[in-house]
Amino acid sequence: MFRFILTKLGVLIPTFLGVTLIAFSFIRMLPGDPIELLAGERGVTPERHAELMANLGFDRPIWEQYFSFLWGILHGDLGVSFTSRQPVLEEFLTRFPATVELAGCAIIFAALLGLPAGIIAAVKRGSAFDHTLMGISLTGYSMPIFWWGLLLIIFFSATLGWTPVSGRLSALFWIDQDSGFMLIDAFLSDEKGAFKSAVSHLILPTIVLGTIPLAIIARQTRSAMLEVLGEDYVRTARAKGLSTFRVIGIHALRNALITVVTVIGLQVGVLLAGAILTETIFSWPGIGKWMIDSIFRRDYFAVQGGIVLIASIVMLVNLFVDFMYGLINPRILHRR
Amino acid sequence: MIKKGLLATAAFASMLAMGSVSAEAKTFVYCSEGSPEGFTPALYTSGTSFDASSRNIFNRLVEFERGSTIMTPGLAQSWEVSEDGLSYTFHLRDGVQFHKTKFFTPSRELNADDVLFSFNRQWKADHPYHKVSGGTYEYFSGYVSFPDILQTIEKLDDKTVKFTLQKPDAAFISKIAIDFASIHSAEYAQQMMDAGTPEKFDQEPIGTGPFQFVSYQKDAFIRYQANDDYWSGRAPLDKLVFAITPDAQVAYQKLAAGECHLIPYPNQADLAAIEANKDLTVDSQEGLNVGYLAFNTEKKPFDDKRVRQALNYAMNKEAIIKSVFQGAGKAAKNPLPPTLWGYNEEIQDYPYDPAKAKALLAEAGVTNLSTDIWAMPVKRPYNPNAKRMAELIQADWAAVGVNAEIVSMEWGEYLSRSQKGDHETVLLGWTADYPDPDNFLSLLNCASAKSGGNRARWCHKEFDDLFNEAVRVSDPEKRTALYEQAQAVFKEEAPWVTVAHSVVHKAMSNKVVDFRIDPLGGHVFYGVDLAE
Repeated sequence: MFRFILTKLGVLIPTFLGVTLIAFSFIRMLPGDPIELLAGERGVTPERHAELMANLGFDRPIWEQYFSFLWGILHGDLGVSFTSRQPVLEEFLTRFPATVELAGCAIIFAALLGLPAGIIAAVKRGSAFDHTLMGISLTGYSMPIFWWGLLLIIFFSATLGWTPVSGRLSALFWIDQDSGFMLIDAFLSDEKGAFKSAVSHLILPTIVLGTIPLAIIARQTRSAMLEVLGEDYVRTARAKGLSTFRVIGIHALRNALITVVTVIGLQVGVLLAGAILTETIFSWPGIGKWMIDSIFRRDYFAVQGGIVLIASIVMLVNLFVDFMYGLINPRILHRR
Repeated sequence: MIKKGLLATAAFASMLAMGSVSAEAKTFVYCSEGSPEGFTPALYTSGTSFDASSRNIFNRLVEFERGSTIMTPGLAQSWEVSEDGLSYTFHLRDGVQFHKTKFFTPSRELNADDVLFSFNRQWKADHPYHKVSGGTYEYFSGYVSFPDILQTIEKLDDKTVKFTLQKPDAAFISKIAIDFASIHSAEYAQQMMDAGTPEKFDQEPIGTGPFQFVSYQKDAFIRYQANDDYWSGRAPLDKLVFAITPDAQVAYQKLAAGECHLIPYPNQADLAAIEANKDLTVDSQEGLNVGYLAFNTEKKPFDDKRVRQALNYAMNKEAIIKSVFQGAGKAAKNPLPPTLWGYNEEIQDYPYDPAKAKALLAEAGVTNLSTDIWAMPVKRPYNPNAKRMAELIQADWAAVGVNAEIVSMEWGEYLSRSQKGDHETVLLGWTADYPDPDNFLSLLNCASAKSGGNRARWCHKEFDDLFNEAVRVSDPEKRTALYEQAQAVFKEEAPWVTVAHSVVHKAMSNKVVDFRIDPLGGHVFYGVDLAE
């Protein structure tokens, strides 16, 4: 186990360094610089431009800027966003709960629907249900998020009036943000109806963000189940006269879950990427929307800091999944 | 834990004190287009930040009348200008209170120290607040170049402040009426400095304006409540909420669903649907802007005015406006918008005349001209679809034998390369910072040809002399005459094709009473009401 952890950590460090390098260079490779974008149509004199670049430390050699970025990371300092003039870490942390809340709901939604759908499709392989489900999941998987979001808004919010159009809470509720999780804050607030409002605001973004993971989970569950259902021990279990429920629910599903759990873990990265679009459509004040705004403003510190933080989270979640996988399937731990 | 409990109790108590949660309170929800960068207008340059701060929380010494460009006394109830135009003495209004909030209780009313603080912070590098929150003041140092204009700012007494200038600047009063010149509380600044949290001063703003800041949930809401002690009378609204909604399509859906009362930038394509909706209204006004095509007069053959005139004649402006603005634009003949004083009505625009264009090109000895047209990658009120505009111009020019290639690139790159003069012809535009012809014509003077803001890189002595003279004299009639002459010179020399002035639209619920479109592009909610 110790060796396993060491190996995983050994891979993590170069990956992390690679991420910092990509994050640092990616935003600098984009044409246009923040000062020019800020000045807009009026322009800025070369002297003023140089002065402002120097203020931000961009007059230093590029390697020096990179090492000071790395040095900052080691000290928990990701720099100051030059749009808001506030520390990047603080900017990230105030928005992160909104993304976690949305991503959490999306993954729960995807797993709650995807698992049973995949199991039923596998059990009833070749049936109309199976074909329909796989057709729908292929559609879901290929759905452009932006289009899908707008379609749902137009149908459910604008035409039927069932759900709010965007945001996290109705503007009429003035609740304090203590935890940053709207469901919790609204629940703890004294404002009647705030919790209901928070839940109703979550519905459409959850569906939109959860669609792709739902499709993937359903398909993966189906194929994992099909594989397991053909195994000898399942046949033995059936031969022993166990009920279908026990055979599928206990013997087959447990083994199929190993793959499925990994897939769900890998979806964290997909969710964070998908959150960028979903948050933009639904004006959801999370890190995705913040990253997009920062890229457009060429806010170098916010973008590089944001990428490093998001990538670190994805890496940590994957590491955790690896451990879980190792625990569920001990063969992995002892593989040389 | 105890601290958190205390905080929650304090927050609850303050909410009770504000009486904020009653359903009967008139709450106006504005679906704003983006997140403010912060709440101290002097630090920022975007209209989004100004809407969230200066235009609703703060006041300036001089203000614009709501929905107009007429100057009116703000925190200064009167002022005098010296004969030589070098000194301006402002007399501050009595009884102006700064906001009383849960984080600040003012002990005194507005006085000269607040004015000095507000300007010196931006001006003096050794001011204790100069470096706080990044310490760049683009309006003060760059756009209006106050360090080159101001000599001194003095407190004559508690209610009198005197500004002395290095040289006369006839647009000075207009300049101090704009956002960056908002007046802050020096007392609050001192308190925050003493508490060791000076940056809070810029995040939890205290002003004298009609609305006071309550809270900001990043990228989601900004909440305000009416300032009960507002010196010009309490606002009819009780609460104001900015619900941040960047996507215009989503904003429109929110408006239609009754989730907000006003959206600032409806999509052109949604206007017909909004007008057809019986619960909604669209309000329109000509914007203080101009969209233009600039010829790089440093490059051949655009150094020859006959070529520039020819390409003016070759453009079918009406067809372009019809196609690009879909009725929301008006052909421009001057670099100034018609709603701004100093606009020269007498000027005749170049009519669409391909034959004349060909003749002028032949006269200039230009045959088989190949050039480029730079088209902006972004939408702007003065040009909602630059690519389409460029295609139409390309076709018009092809008809007179000029081949033009359309060039487009990323916006930052576009701005920087066009500033360096890499283009031959470029589409761009301007929206007023302050309502003075100086603000538009400075895009055409020799100083900006040098700095690059003048995309035509056109430096014409006669025009420049008229421009500089108009900045020096303070008599409005004389200035008008000078600007009118300058526009005549401009038209004859044709460094630009003045394409269009656009119309701006605001879509709102029928419940909204007396919202007035700000010609300077702001969104001001003082005086707005909601019908029952």
